[in-house]
Amino acid sequence: MEAPAIVTHDLVRRFDDLTAVDHVSLKIQKGELFGLLGPNGAGKTTIVKILTTLIKPTAGSATVWGYDILKDQDMIRAHIGVVFQDPSVDNKLTGRENLDFHARMYGLDRATRERRVEEVLKLVELSDKADILLGKYSGGMQRRLEIARGLMHHPNVLFLDEPTLGLDAQTRRHIWSYIKEMNESEHVTIILTTHYMEEADFLCDRVAIIDHGRIIVCDHPGVLKSMVRSEELPDPSLEDVFLHFTGREIRDEEGNEGQHARKIMRHWRMKRR
Amino acid sequence: MNLINPQAIYTLWLREMLRFLRMKSRVIGALGMPFFFLAFLSVGFRNTSFSTTSIDYTSFLTPGIIGMTLLFSSTFTGISVLWDKEFGFLKEIMVTPVSRISILLGRIAGGATTAIMEALIILFAAVVIGFNLRGIYGDSSVKGMVSGVILAFILMVLIATTFISLGVSFASLMEDMEGYSLVMNFVIFPLFFLSGALFPIDNLPSSVRFLAFLDPLTYGVDGLRGCLIGESELSIFIDLLALIVSSLIMLAFGSYLFKHTEVD
Repeated sequence: MEAPAIVTHDLVRRFDDLTAVDHVSLKIQKGELFGLLGPNGAGKTTIVKILTTLIKPTAGSATVWGYDILKDQDMIRAHIGVVFQDPSVDNKLTGRENLDFHARMYGLDRATRERRVEEVLKLVELSDKADILLGKYSGGMQRRLEIARGLMHHPNVLFLDEPTLGLDAQTRRHIWSYIKEMNESEHVTIILTTHYMEEADFLCDRVAIIDHGRIIVCDHPGVLKSMVRSEELPDPSLEDVFLHFTGREIRDEEGNEGQHARKIMRHWRMKRR
Repeated sequence: MNLINPQAIYTLWLREMLRFLRMKSRVIGALGMPFFFLAFLSVGFRNTSFSTTSIDYTSFLTPGIIGMTLLFSSTFTGISVLWDKEFGFLKEIMVTPVSRISILLGRIAGGATTAIMEALIILFAAVVIGFNLRGIYGDSSVKGMVSGVILAFILMVLIATTFISLGVSFASLMEDMEGYSLVMNFVIFPLFFLSGALFPIDNLPSSVRFLAFLDPLTYGVDGLRGCLIGESELSIFIDLLALIVSSLIMLAFGSYLFKHTEVD
């Protein structure tokens, strides 16, 4: 059997009094389209930040494409692509310049650069907006450009942190089909975080449901659904699965749940200010 | 993985140039303070004379204000890493397979270019308002002017490298721009006043004078005086050597801190 694309072992990340990631152990195979599904503040983004070498874990270990996240960061960076949840573009550059910057940083030669820029612009239907400053883009346009950028350099592992957040239904479908196509025809391993059930259901080979920084279940969407199938629920959706594993807690411990999410939100807000 | 990645350094430089051209108000804003310092102080103190030197105050002041321009512009560029953090663009830079030292060098390349352009504009403005550029021999000979300006350019690169690295070091230790005024008022202004940009450091009380010799800008201003008006307290080569040492130390310091910074 081929070595897995990602292995994490008891990954922990604490922020002051908050445990954002709590002993997460995962194994994601090469070529898999893997979903991290959870409510806001569940710790999905923190896991992505650890695996993309932006922050270090408090404890535990992980490898990405066979490289250790603490020792071989540059090697990991050469093999991954990331689409962040928050904006990460330069508002003073045009769409084309943002893409060109990215391509140059990844060492693509001029011909490849020009070709890829046109290709990905076309894919996200921004060709006619390519020479406008990013500051003048709408939120959705900016999002599409960032997705385009993440795909430009043909990464082995692609992290998509809430890729379709805030997009309209047409664009979302469009992005979905492209994600699937990349995964199938180019064998890109994809790790996707989302809180849209239908997105995870439609796209993912396997889904980990995560809450309070812990993995609650992890399996094929079909298997997860059969776990909650009952007489009242003969045909459960992934949403039913999700509510089954996380929902009761939300109702019963609304205080705690809310508090946890609020703490995470507050943490990021303070960082951003 | 290449530690020094010329294409990435060039890319980061290119981005800085595009931003520079698109933010004219920032450029003009950055030039305002040194220009008014130069204009008003050289008028207000035109009859001032110092016991240690016979040169007129405008000649004395101009290299100091050029040093000031470099100091403020460079530190600001360094600290503006925090703006990239704020707007999320730093994440994009930090997940690319470009070594941290190359990212730092790219920022230095871009920041040094803008700082030196600003410094040259100030030099030009100084000449317009009466600064007598006399060259490295102080005799206004063509040879002295040309070699003076070339050597001054090298000094400017070293000054910019030192203080951009200092700015990046602060940016790596800070979470956001909140601490900026603290750094500005308690680090940058003292560095400026200690450097001898406005008055000879001999006038400082001996208890703080030794601090002036720990300030890289002291050697920068002294070296610039040597290059532009042919008068310096220390040999230009001592100034040059001190700045090479300071830029290497700050570069090492900055890249160490930058390497260990987390981006979230």
